[in-house]
Amino acid sequence: MKKRLNARVEIRTSPHIHYAPSVSQIMRNVVYALVPISLFGIYQFGLSALALIVVTTASCLATEHLFMRVSDRASSLHDFSAVITGLLLALTLPPGFPLWMAAVAGFIAIALGKVIFGGLGYNILNPALVGRAFVQAAFPVAITTWTPAFIPGRFSEFVPSTLTLPFLKPISPAEWINANAIDGFTGATPLALQKFEQIQTSTIDLLMGMTSGSAGESSALLIMACGLYLAFRKMLDWRIPVGILLSSALFSALFYLINPDLYPPPLFTLLSGGMMLGAIFMATDMVASPLTPLGVWSYAILIGVLTVTIRFFGGLPEGIMYAILLGNAASPLIASLTQPRAYGKERRSLFNRRQKEES
Amino acid sequence: MAGLIHRAWRNSFPHGIHPPGNKFTNRLPIKRLPFADELIIPLSQHIGAPAEPIVHRGQEVVRGEPIAKASGFVSVPMHSPVTGVIAGIELTPTAKGPKTKSIIVRPHPGAGQKVLYGAPQDYSRLDRNELITAVQDTGIVGLGGAAFPLHVKLATPPGTIIDTVIANGCECEPFLTADHRLMIEHADEIISGIQLVMKLSGAKQAIIGLENNKGDAFHAIKMRLPDKSPISARLLETKYPQGSEKMLITTLTGREVPSGGFPYQVGVIVHNVATLAQLGTLMPLRRGLIERVVTVTGPGVKKPGNYLTPLGTPIRQLLDYVGFSGTANHLILGGPMMGSSVASLDVPVTKAVGGIIVLAEERKIDEHPKNADPCIKCGRCLQACPLKLNPSQLGLLAAKRQYQAMEEEFHLNDCFECGCCSYVCPSSIPLVQYFRIAKAINREQLITA
Repeated sequence: MKKRLNARVEIRTSPHIHYAPSVSQIMRNVVYALVPISLFGIYQFGLSALALIVVTTASCLATEHLFMRVSDRASSLHDFSAVITGLLLALTLPPGFPLWMAAVAGFIAIALGKVIFGGLGYNILNPALVGRAFVQAAFPVAITTWTPAFIPGRFSEFVPSTLTLPFLKPISPAEWINANAIDGFTGATPLALQKFEQIQTSTIDLLMGMTSGSAGESSALLIMACGLYLAFRKMLDWRIPVGILLSSALFSALFYLINPDLYPPPLFTLLSGGMMLGAIFMATDMVASPLTPLGVWSYAILIGVLTVTIRFFGGLPEGIMYAILLGNAASPLIASLTQPRAYGKERRSLFNRRQKEES
Repeated sequence: MAGLIHRAWRNSFPHGIHPPGNKFTNRLPIKRLPFADELIIPLSQHIGAPAEPIVHRGQEVVRGEPIAKASGFVSVPMHSPVTGVIAGIELTPTAKGPKTKSIIVRPHPGAGQKVLYGAPQDYSRLDRNELITAVQDTGIVGLGGAAFPLHVKLATPPGTIIDTVIANGCECEPFLTADHRLMIEHADEIISGIQLVMKLSGAKQAIIGLENNKGDAFHAIKMRLPDKSPISARLLETKYPQGSEKMLITTLTGREVPSGGFPYQVGVIVHNVATLAQLGTLMPLRRGLIERVVTVTGPGVKKPGNYLTPLGTPIRQLLDYVGFSGTANHLILGGPMMGSSVASLDVPVTKAVGGIIVLAEERKIDEHPKNADPCIKCGRCLQACPLKLNPSQLGLLAAKRQYQAMEEEFHLNDCFECGCCSYVCPSSIPLVQYFRIAKAINREQLITA
């Protein structure tokens, strides 16, 4: 008699194989993509930008850790999503933004933007933009005080406003800027120059990031390159930036054709302000955007049109932040209206639910 | 629109996934496996009513002799795979878990491979009903894994017009190569099986669909087909689940089977090439199904290959024969995407088993993290689902136990559990597993209601 083969077998359910990058791998790659943009921001704005990036990221991580401890849940720092929020937040703030305000922004981003809804996967708005919207409302002067790029002394000293003590009004950096740089710098961004003074900034400067602005939004070219990396690794939905950029270009072209003196050319709309950073890295927050094919396009077009509308007709020179937040808020509705047509089913009408109740 | 582009450019259907092929055994010719000490023939190894035994304990049977008869139309007979003696009719374990009634045949020492039962027949004289009965007598079921009785599938309702017969040679599951080898070595039998199905259904054309990782099989079939044959072969994109009935119909004809409907409603009938090869082999000889090709492979197998295995061979003995490394502890009947784990090594090879995969733990090919992360709404599952369902939404509803809403608004019952969504999920959410539970609960509620 042959010896009987014995083995302890494990029972599992199909599929028995699984291949996908994990959540933390995806998030880590987004961080990798943000590193060159952050480095360029530091190169442009020096110590202040570095401190800003460090403070917001640390604030986001600390807030997340604190809330996880308080709610007795396993630490979620390893998923890297709080790092993304911190980096993105810093990149949208003015380089000379007071550090204590940046810490507040980071806290609000994670506390009110993310953990209050249940943490990663449950936030309805992009957390970084929640933080930024909060400080935009709370500190309207500080968030519109800009410093020029490439000041000679940027690596040896901070912009004075950076080191403002908590709960004190920031020192205006104008004097320091004048002492360090070219006289007569107003600190206006290309968008503000265009909107309030009808001065055009050259396309090359916008592409390369030779302008003033938020810490990480100036070089359109670099942001596009980093976005392409993520898109090729399939960790970013390319349809969202393409949809936003196309729709905003077309929509602004309409106004430019009507009145080229008052409205900027479409290319300027695409390259200026936070458009690139917003379209590529902010609007693509997976959790807060729809995931049905039709929904993705509707969401992108909505954001594109809203951005241009706010820029041209609102009181602010920049509109991408509120446009994305509105898009985020609308995405559950968009998702429910754009469920895909399943194989072998009749195409459903847009207001499917209502029909069902009637029948 | 997307479907059109996929069909025209890639010979494929939209969505789906590309798991690593791992077809290690595709160059190994089919080899015959010796008889085991005991063969276990479960009476219920097909969809439908279990067969009724027509033998008793101690009775002598010859290879190919019927040992159980069909107990209705949706049922098939069983045949003895070996010359020997009936050792008993007992409850034995099955792959799914519960024990079912099985006939146990003990081979005579030195029992030969010659089939001693059956007589050649000229089936061209039979009419439709006689043909369908003759097909039922062979005991053939869908060998691709469905195990649905072939004659039932052939007996389409009166009035249906079938214009195309599709032979499914995709074998899209990783690891499996049984159909691949069959198409190379038994193309003639497959073609005569197709001709028989065409005659029965009145179809004017037939298409053999293969994934393009089987170029050698494609050429083997092409060589056997005469010019201007109504049968053609087409190479399709290697993509999972290309070999699912609905996907294959869409790829080859552009038609969509209506939800909850059958392929014949769009004028198509699909059979696996292994089924057709058996049909082409057994019908002219009036024999029964007693063996099939099984791919035995995986990191835990010493002598992987494609084995012509007598039905009823216990997995324990099969693994003994092919060499089994002690560390391997995960056995799968069928492919890794849709196959089931083996609950016991005493489970026999049945009609629907096309492969046995032994995964070794070191490979970690099947490692699922213990805890799933929350859904980050990345949408990968939507882009993987061949039926264009919304697995993300279904998963969220399943977690909230809203099983009714899953069916009413998100077409849960259309899901055929191909596993693409679970495969691509970065959060390792067991989506398909959730859906199985949801379907089972919905079914139960339907019964109790």
